[in-house]
Amino acid sequence: MALIRKSKEFIWHRKHLLGLRELSAEEITYILDTAKGFEQISTRSVKKAPPLRGKVVVNLFFEDSTRTRNSFTLAASRLSADVIEFTEKTSSVSKGETLLDTARNLEAMGVDIVVIRHSAAGAPKFLSRNINACVVNAGDGYCEHPTQGLLDTYTIRKIKGTLQGLKVAIVGDISHSRVARSDMWAMTKLGAEVTFVGPPTLMPAEVRQLPVKVSYSLDEVIDKVDVVNMLRIQFERLGGNPFPSIREYSHYFGLTVERMKRAKPDILVMHPGPINRGLEMESEVADGRNSVILQQVTNGLAVRMAVLFLVNQAAAQAP
Amino acid sequence: MKVILDSKQIEKILKDLAGRIVTETPRQADIAAIGIRSRGEILAQRLSGQLSKMLGKDVPCGTLDITLYRDDLNSPQSAAQPQVRTTEIGFDIDDKIIILVDDVLYTGRSTRAAMDALIDLGRPRAIRLAVLVERAGREFPIQADYVGYRADVEPGKLVQVNLVESDGKDEVVIE
Repeated sequence: MALIRKSKEFIWHRKHLLGLRELSAEEITYILDTAKGFEQISTRSVKKAPPLRGKVVVNLFFEDSTRTRNSFTLAASRLSADVIEFTEKTSSVSKGETLLDTARNLEAMGVDIVVIRHSAAGAPKFLSRNINACVVNAGDGYCEHPTQGLLDTYTIRKIKGTLQGLKVAIVGDISHSRVARSDMWAMTKLGAEVTFVGPPTLMPAEVRQLPVKVSYSLDEVIDKVDVVNMLRIQFERLGGNPFPSIREYSHYFGLTVERMKRAKPDILVMHPGPINRGLEMESEVADGRNSVILQQVTNGLAVRMAVLFLVNQAAAQAP
Repeated sequence: MKVILDSKQIEKILKDLAGRIVTETPRQADIAAIGIRSRGEILAQRLSGQLSKMLGKDVPCGTLDITLYRDDLNSPQSAAQPQVRTTEIGFDIDDKIIILVDDVLYTGRSTRAAMDALIDLGRPRAIRLAVLVERAGREFPIQADYVGYRADVEPGKLVQVNLVESDGKDEVVIE
């Protein structure tokens, strides 16, 4: 028999989700708990519920995305919101002006929630200060990708039960990764020990000030961790020569079948997608029994529904 | 605070409710109990236990979270921010007679939300409403099929159902 917890009087106050750095462990846990209630919407006969009926969500993506954009679109549709897809490639336009102009246009359309992805760190925050709608960050520069951090944490918590005491390795191009940063904030706040693993050329300059361990050798950590999150090598962001060759990178930092033999038998293998098969991860590992990559995608939907629901609740109840 | 039902009375009421449900449900029909979180969940579990005993067959039991179907989600005056929790119904509701269980029937708004939530899960043969306590104050055209106790309560007072599993003891009080 399921025992009923006395519900704690927790109130969600944020009408924007800009990053995980500013959230408390309690707030993160609350989002994850809320997401649990949204999972079943996607498995039943009518895959829709009414809480955002009559609301308008705009997907404002200044950078390419398939997974995140589709996930937000589906999450919003499953909550009965109307979704506007807004794509704009910015190149030479000054970001401040463009965003303000865009913001004014959105206001005029009566949008309730703006989901924004932008190459400039801080763009979502800028937007949140200039419009009345709720703002959800879907990735800003190398700063944060909060819903990815939440869905990664959700996936681990769902399988392992807790983050407390777990060792998590995040491997690859840390310096260009907003996923690494959002993961780090969420996971360390919930009690995990996070290690950034990668070549020194792909470590952020400020890494020593972050609440993580650093390792330059995947072999050193692979047998000690409960979770390994392999980041994609983002060729579109890499300038210069961060590593001598793809083969060499793969040799030292790729998750190979050989390396997996030294890992804990119940290690979780994660990847934010899209995978460069054979580069950061061998196909056999990506499709292997420790891989939870597709569960991450499924859970992402529930987490994004929860986030859209919560920011809208906060806006509805604001005085 | 006034106690209107004690644990003995609650036990007897649930037994009576189960008896009436059995009498009025066709023998061959598939029947299941679904409780509205959170007190309805416990009552549904007890009721399905009684029904299983009386019918000599397993009567499945599930839990419904109606938060996403509430009609006050976007209204600023709603008192508390509701927490979304899980719906746990581990069986197909299609073609079953669903006994929807709640602790108190008052405005009827929870029942309306619960019916909408159920219909998104499938097409039951019928939905019947069973409540432990009914009080006046309906705001929707909804009535219960099985009422345990009709309470005469002044508007503005609160009927609180306490159950062992969630509150440590069985009793219904007016506050």
